[in-house]
Amino acid sequence: MSTPSPLHSVHEALGASFTDFAGWSMPLRYGSELTEHKAVRTASGLFDLSHMGEIELTGPEAAQALDFALVGKLSAVKPGKARYTMICDAEGGVLDDLVVYRLAADRFMVVANASNAATVAAALRERADGFAVEVNDRSAELALIAVQGPTSTAIIGSVTDADLDALAYYASVPSAIGGIDILLARTGYTGEDGFEVYVDGARAPEVWRLLTEAGQEHGLLPAGLACRDTLRLEAGMPLYGNELSASFTPFDAGLGRVVKFDKAGGFVGKEALERRRDADVETKVLVGLVGSGKRAPRHGYAVLDGAGAQVGTVTSGALSPTLGHPIAMAYVPVAVSEPGTALTVDIRGTSAPVEVVKLPFYQRQA
Amino acid sequence: MSNPENLGYTTDHEWVDLGDPAAATVGVTKYAADALGDVVYVQLPEVGATLTTGEACGEIESTKSVSDLFAPADGVVVEINEAVVDTPELVNTDPFGDGWLFRVRVRVDGEPELLDAAAYAEHTKEG
Repeated sequence: MSTPSPLHSVHEALGASFTDFAGWSMPLRYGSELTEHKAVRTASGLFDLSHMGEIELTGPEAAQALDFALVGKLSAVKPGKARYTMICDAEGGVLDDLVVYRLAADRFMVVANASNAATVAAALRERADGFAVEVNDRSAELALIAVQGPTSTAIIGSVTDADLDALAYYASVPSAIGGIDILLARTGYTGEDGFEVYVDGARAPEVWRLLTEAGQEHGLLPAGLACRDTLRLEAGMPLYGNELSASFTPFDAGLGRVVKFDKAGGFVGKEALERRRDADVETKVLVGLVGSGKRAPRHGYAVLDGAGAQVGTVTSGALSPTLGHPIAMAYVPVAVSEPGTALTVDIRGTSAPVEVVKLPFYQRQA
Repeated sequence: MSNPENLGYTTDHEWVDLGDPAAATVGVTKYAADALGDVVYVQLPEVGATLTTGEACGEIESTKSVSDLFAPADGVVVEINEAVVDTPELVNTDPFGDGWLFRVRVRVDGEPELLDAAAYAEHTKEG
């Protein structure tokens, strides 16, 4: 039996289709996922992301504990700011990609993917042993609601007193909606400007209702996980399980920049990651592929070179709702990774021509 | 959801209208359309193609997934719905009407075994 979100009855009333995702029953779509996708690109979408894991670390050595547990340098993050980072195993394999918020000098919130939340919480507990820090998994009690899209600033601005001009991308501030305490963050996974609202699950339905009301004149639509996936794909953002896995290091995913070796003391995976950084190996790189027509390359399909030899595998793909043509991400050797390189993808027995492009596929106008 | 009483159904979530003796009309059910999500691409068999019951004869692709279309009967394709090729969302908006997929002249001894609306409703309940 999968866990319902604290907003489950709200979604039922909206007529949502549900999907089981990492042990949670979450809204897949409310009506048409293409309509929801377009709403996020042109107005705003309202997402329930309560399946995400939230693990808090509090204590005088919270920063040092995270410097040891994660590949990033969290001690360098200022209170009120957030950082995209990863947690690796001793061999350097990616256990999860994370957003870590520094809430105060001695307090951090680690946001993990639902499918990895238990693994991340267990690893953080184990790695925090010996540091003066308390690890508190709040995943079950905290709800997460996201407002994403060009009208999100107007919507959030009408329900909070927070100074949104001062709230930069990857920053957070304690605030309130309708008298309910929230953590307001300017983060997201759609390629649009947007906000994420962390709130006590018991109060989440009221916050959802207030956001829905505020969003009426700004084209806000409830949006499900189906469009979240096509939105993040257009924005070239990796998804754990597709672009990232424990059999890859951050370097293999082209995200070696998140690994900070200039930290005081060691960190889990450091030696393996140093070896990987310095190894003279033929690496594959994550590239974008665009096709023509309507048939999309999908996860697991073979990428072939001009001679028909397999050079890589598609990690994610879809017919882009915004661009109207197929887009995909794939790991390919450096030799065929230059933008403009012509490759093909085996789409269920048919060779479809694709061209390598620079990621992301879609970038919002500043 | 209501499955029209005059249609026959397959366990692959296709419907077949045998009302016209010249050719049967085939589509996917509303249940299938809802499960697929927004249909963005439909590949239909060619006119003149010979179909064998249960064999894949086309594809229906949504944002999230790809499904095979299966021949619900033995016969020859006599017409395809060009409108649904150009406007695949017809499968979502009107699966039992304008979203029909193709027409097949059923082989004389190839009358398919189909579920009636009640049996199909029972089938989707179990699913």
